[in-house]
Amino acid sequence: MEKIDVITGTTAAAIGAKLANVEVIAAYPITPQSECVEVLAKFIADGEFDAEYIKVESEHSAMAACIGASATGVRTFTATASQGLALMHEMLYIASGMRLPIVMLNTNRALSAPINIWCDHQDSITERDTGWIQIYAKDNQETLDSIIQAYRIAEDEDILLPVMVCIDGFILTHTVEPVSIPDEKKVRDYLGIYEPKHAYLDPDRPITQGPVGVPECYMETRKHIWDAMERAKKVIKRVNEEYYEIFNRRYGNGLVEGYNLENADTVLVAMGSVCGTIRYVIDKLKEKGKNVGLLRIRTYRPFPKEEIKEMLEGVENVGVLDRNVSFGFNMGALGTEMLATLRDKKICNYIVGLGGRDITPSNIEEIIRHLEKCEDVETKWIGLKE
Amino acid sequence: MIEIRFHGRGGQGAVTAAKILAKAAFYDGKYSQGFPFFGVERRGAPVMAFTRIDDKKIVIRSQVYNPDYVVVLDPTLLDAVNVVEGLKEDGVVVVNTTKEELDLGFKTYTIDATGIALDILGVPIVNTTILGAFAGATKLISLESLKRAILDTFKGKLGEKNAKAAEVAYRMISEN
Repeated sequence: MEKIDVITGTTAAAIGAKLANVEVIAAYPITPQSECVEVLAKFIADGEFDAEYIKVESEHSAMAACIGASATGVRTFTATASQGLALMHEMLYIASGMRLPIVMLNTNRALSAPINIWCDHQDSITERDTGWIQIYAKDNQETLDSIIQAYRIAEDEDILLPVMVCIDGFILTHTVEPVSIPDEKKVRDYLGIYEPKHAYLDPDRPITQGPVGVPECYMETRKHIWDAMERAKKVIKRVNEEYYEIFNRRYGNGLVEGYNLENADTVLVAMGSVCGTIRYVIDKLKEKGKNVGLLRIRTYRPFPKEEIKEMLEGVENVGVLDRNVSFGFNMGALGTEMLATLRDKKICNYIVGLGGRDITPSNIEEIIRHLEKCEDVETKWIGLKE
Repeated sequence: MIEIRFHGRGGQGAVTAAKILAKAAFYDGKYSQGFPFFGVERRGAPVMAFTRIDDKKIVIRSQVYNPDYVVVLDPTLLDAVNVVEGLKEDGVVVVNTTKEELDLGFKTYTIDATGIALDILGVPIVNTTILGAFAGATKLISLESLKRAILDTFKGKLGEKNAKAAEVAYRMISEN
């Protein structure tokens, strides 16, 4: 039996990193930072587990330290949010370009200005093209499980890409709820000790990593990341099933998770914790004889195009919720990608919950009412003040 | 699903109260969530925190707008904020006050939690005391689970004192 504790999302992530037996943690407490690295610091100070904890002077350096550590072939972890993630931006490309299996928790929060520490997805969506795998968890249990799975995915020899586990700031990070904590030995057996088969920095076998990529080879390095991202779909699905076999929990097929999709003409597509509130509304509507479905995108990168097409076949009304906005194109990022994926369908896009604006059940009901009447591709802001 | 809203002032432990209640409900075999109002926190300013309790897994993630119960940690808040805003018609209020009766338009229990806390803890931190009163008034959670959740949160002697304060308030309100 797994032990269950009532904990926050950030504590769940910290426990995930501890169970994964990470060897190096680098962190800087920029505003807003998450409690995650504090919890890890306490674990180490209390002697609960042994890892090298590097206190750096910025988030840029936190990622640089993780890159250096990971390049020597050890398991590394860090956590950040909003401005901190933005400050890491150039290092994110270096992590993926050097094909380093770093795992990072990003607690999704808005970007300034105006200064705002509350939830939206602008921070991680902005980093979508950095070559990082992005997993969006819906609750604290999935947060813990995703951190463990992330190492399995990142360290797979066919992948070797960094993974960002994204959880909604405050909504998951500051909320306690029951979380099953996997047995430490079982996790250690599952993940094993990280012993890279590829070349890593070792004084006994001197090599160079991250050198100049001249025009004769740079383009191929991009294509390799592209291919690894494509292969990641298969690996993420496999890991989801392996995890289910051992720990008895799975999240859809690993890439997407459907709810009440059968016979639903109207389906909402979303990422993160709002999927819980959508589910709550779907259950209420079902009691009244109304059928609405939910398609939760768990991995934004790689983007599960094939699965989305398959699962939304025959669905008439597709409403896409975005907790981010692409200024100038005037849609949210998920909206534009759904539009590109489902070219023959009517997609209505809803901008919601920016900078911590609460997304209430009545907001979701409003979206469903609008979606059923909406005739063409349209973007609508929900929850704006009159 | 039962929703509880806590009103306190920054630094009084309203958020901790919401989290302890969530844990106590879990020990009673229920599903639960405990979280603060997602706003700006300042010492002394009015703050809110919430707990949800249900027999099935709780999936809703919005803030609480129509609570079943309201718990007020600081009597001065009664003049500063509308503590019963959105409270369900048959809702119940538990208030820390030295007054024996209060007319808030809802079924209301009063307890001198500050007095009990000063007596047992030696400091006017009332979150555990008022949780005892809440459990005694509503019987929504058992005293055993509440004490267990308190002992998890505060270690050693501090935990024991807080558990005792909760028990005193529980018995006081149950006897009235």
